[in-house]
Amino acid sequence: MSVSETYVRYRRTLSEEPLAIGVVLVALWMVWSLVTGLASGGIQISSLASLIWDGLLRGLIIGLAGIGLSMTYSILNFANFAHGDYLTSGAFAGMATSYLIAGIGENSVGALLLVGAGGSVFGGALGIGITTAPIAVVFGAVLAGVATIALALVIDRLVYRPIRDESGIALLITSIGVAFALRYLLQFVFGAGVRGTTAAGSVPRVNVPAIDGTFRVTAHDISLVVVAAGLMLGVHLLLQRTKLGKAMRAMSDNEDLARITGIPTEQVIRTTWIVGAGLTGVAGYMFVLWKGTLGFNDGWLLLLLVFAAVILGGIGSIYGAIGGGIVIGLTASVSVIWIPSEFGRAAAFMVMIVILLFKPEGIFSGRSTA
Amino acid sequence: MSVDDLRGRFEGLFERDVTLVLAVLGTIYLAYILAGVAFGYELRGQLNSIANLTFYIGVFGMLALALNLHWGYTGLFNIGIVGFMGIGIYVTALVSKPPVAEGGAAQVGGFGLPLFVGVLAGVVVAGLFGLLVALPALRLRADYLAIVTVAFSEIVRFTMMSRTFQTFTVPDTIDLWLFTFDPAADTVGLGGGGGLILNYTDPLEALLRALFLWEPYLGFVAFVQQNFISNNPKPVIDGVVYGIVLLVGVGLFYLLLSRTGKSPFGRVLKAIREDEDVANALGKDTDRFKLTAFVLGAALMGLGGILWYSGRGSITPPSFRPNITFFIWIALIIGGAGSNTGSFLGGAIFAGLLYEGPRYFKNLVETAFELGDAPRNFGEAMAGFASLDPMPFVLYTLDSISQLRLVIMGVVLIWLMHNRPEGLLGHRKETASSVDLARPGSGGSTGNPAAADGGEEQ
Repeated sequence: MSVSETYVRYRRTLSEEPLAIGVVLVALWMVWSLVTGLASGGIQISSLASLIWDGLLRGLIIGLAGIGLSMTYSILNFANFAHGDYLTSGAFAGMATSYLIAGIGENSVGALLLVGAGGSVFGGALGIGITTAPIAVVFGAVLAGVATIALALVIDRLVYRPIRDESGIALLITSIGVAFALRYLLQFVFGAGVRGTTAAGSVPRVNVPAIDGTFRVTAHDISLVVVAAGLMLGVHLLLQRTKLGKAMRAMSDNEDLARITGIPTEQVIRTTWIVGAGLTGVAGYMFVLWKGTLGFNDGWLLLLLVFAAVILGGIGSIYGAIGGGIVIGLTASVSVIWIPSEFGRAAAFMVMIVILLFKPEGIFSGRSTA
Repeated sequence: MSVDDLRGRFEGLFERDVTLVLAVLGTIYLAYILAGVAFGYELRGQLNSIANLTFYIGVFGMLALALNLHWGYTGLFNIGIVGFMGIGIYVTALVSKPPVAEGGAAQVGGFGLPLFVGVLAGVVVAGLFGLLVALPALRLRADYLAIVTVAFSEIVRFTMMSRTFQTFTVPDTIDLWLFTFDPAADTVGLGGGGGLILNYTDPLEALLRALFLWEPYLGFVAFVQQNFISNNPKPVIDGVVYGIVLLVGVGLFYLLLSRTGKSPFGRVLKAIREDEDVANALGKDTDRFKLTAFVLGAALMGLGGILWYSGRGSITPPSFRPNITFFIWIALIIGGAGSNTGSFLGGAIFAGLLYEGPRYFKNLVETAFELGDAPRNFGEAMAGFASLDPMPFVLYTLDSISQLRLVIMGVVLIWLMHNRPEGLLGHRKETASSVDLARPGSGGSTGNPAAADGGEEQ
């Protein structure tokens, strides 16, 4: 690094100093108010634990959805704004399957396939849940992944492939078009209403003791943890033990170079979509199973948090996406200790903006796996 | 090339632009008037339909022009437009709404200052928030800037919705060091999820009063009542006149932005768009130029938001979802980023065809054919196919046209990005150079300034 570069960096750091000081002061104030709150009993440890548990689960969903976004972001080099609607599509496909398996014979097939559009069938009445209808849930999750893979491949073939060589911004704008078309087609088919999808009352739950109380853990929480951890481990092995991971890393570094060294780039791109979309679809389904409601806007509302996670973790890193997801999920949940609850998501966005300002390459950068 | 020659070329360009704009507007208006005839509208209905169309052409044209300053001129990928619009109209409401004590049904009051003060404050505050976003964010890559701006617009919406900012009580007197200040306001705030009732003077009335045209205007309304529309013509005429005011506003935006674009300041912006490092190397403080452009554009977006919503009677947070931002982007991309005429044309075509068009199409079909009730959901619509009857599906499709028009917008956007990413007039993207870059002998024939990439696209 030359002298002048060092000088410029030094000057830039100096000019950023006031912001950095501000961030540190805010952090200190947060720690202080948390400690005093816990000491005086204003904040109960059990409610803190409950918030952390909620944030962790939320983070797992965001992380799972983020892996797919991160992979396409680094390989295809664009921010896919339709990713949130892939989540919703997966959720609808999976739930339609679950409804069909749980309710076939007693209800009309059409109403089941439309996930009870217009209040024709209710998930609660069908007893959708991991303990009450395990087969329906497992098949639902699998089909959510499969359907999202099919959707992503079709969209890639029709929309993204013809303009593969365009700039990232052109692709981003195109993906906004895809997002619009997909989201409102879903509304056209499944209706605008938000429906309850699970038999929330009959999900088994235990109260885990914390020091001054308990917090609740449900069977759906556990299944979310199991599925998320399993899939993350699977992706890790896939990218570490096969040539695919290496090819993907090569492509995200330099696509032309990868192609002339004999890497079949189109095939790698297809595999990327398959892995990414599969995870996204399952994440969408688990999200809906976990929160118990489904609307056509769900994925879009989650998308910005997923972006935040991916940027936080460093684009292209699957560990980054998972870690970033958990940080973002925890921020959105736990921040209500310090600020009004309606600003939880805003706090997560602020964390993302602050990271972008100080470390735009993300906190896990340099350890990219995909 | 002589000065006269240049001027002649510019005038030629101007004339052609005017013809083009008039032709497009004429076609859209003609289609709407014909649709009105088909609906059997009286004069009142026609005027209403025209006023509505003009309103959307005006606001989308204006906002597309403001976005053109960000994206077309400077290359700043801002997808937080609706945030600046919301800030503009909310600040205007806060400043100009009367205090609760005088405000009738409104739960939340304002400072009761004249409307023009409110508009000015709205524009200034939108610009200041532009500064707040731009100061840290402009160093970022384009796609990161996009995500930061859309996150910003969502934070703005959360703030509007939050209970924390719903109401504040203003103390009777405020002691400021040397002097004491006695505000008229009692309870102010952002109104939370219920939004704000805009119970200030009607903006059109305020404007006409300021121009001393209010009495003549009332006289004109009375004249229309006597001769054309006997039954309460004022709302209709208000709508038409407000539409004309908006079109004048578009004209002012256009003048401001094309002057900016041709100024030395604008040339630096275009240079930044083409290659920021080069502009930097030539000694331009590009951060500063980007900042100024961003703030100016944000202030114009604030003004656009004010003009859009100030006559609405009330505002609620759900109006400020990111969808509006994307509408404006689609308008700009239809018209062609980089060209002011194109931006306005894009706004007009978007408003006439994609935004309002599908609804008119639905009404036309419903007028032309006697149609029964539409099925309530997709299942019932598809059930018709079992007996080879497509009608339920057709009816359901027509009934869902307000959602499907967003699908159409998405498909149009994809199609444009595939087939004509430069839009209608994007090939006219102005160069960063102040001199003609066309090669001698070949440049003069087309009459267009060379495109930024050396004219390869032509």
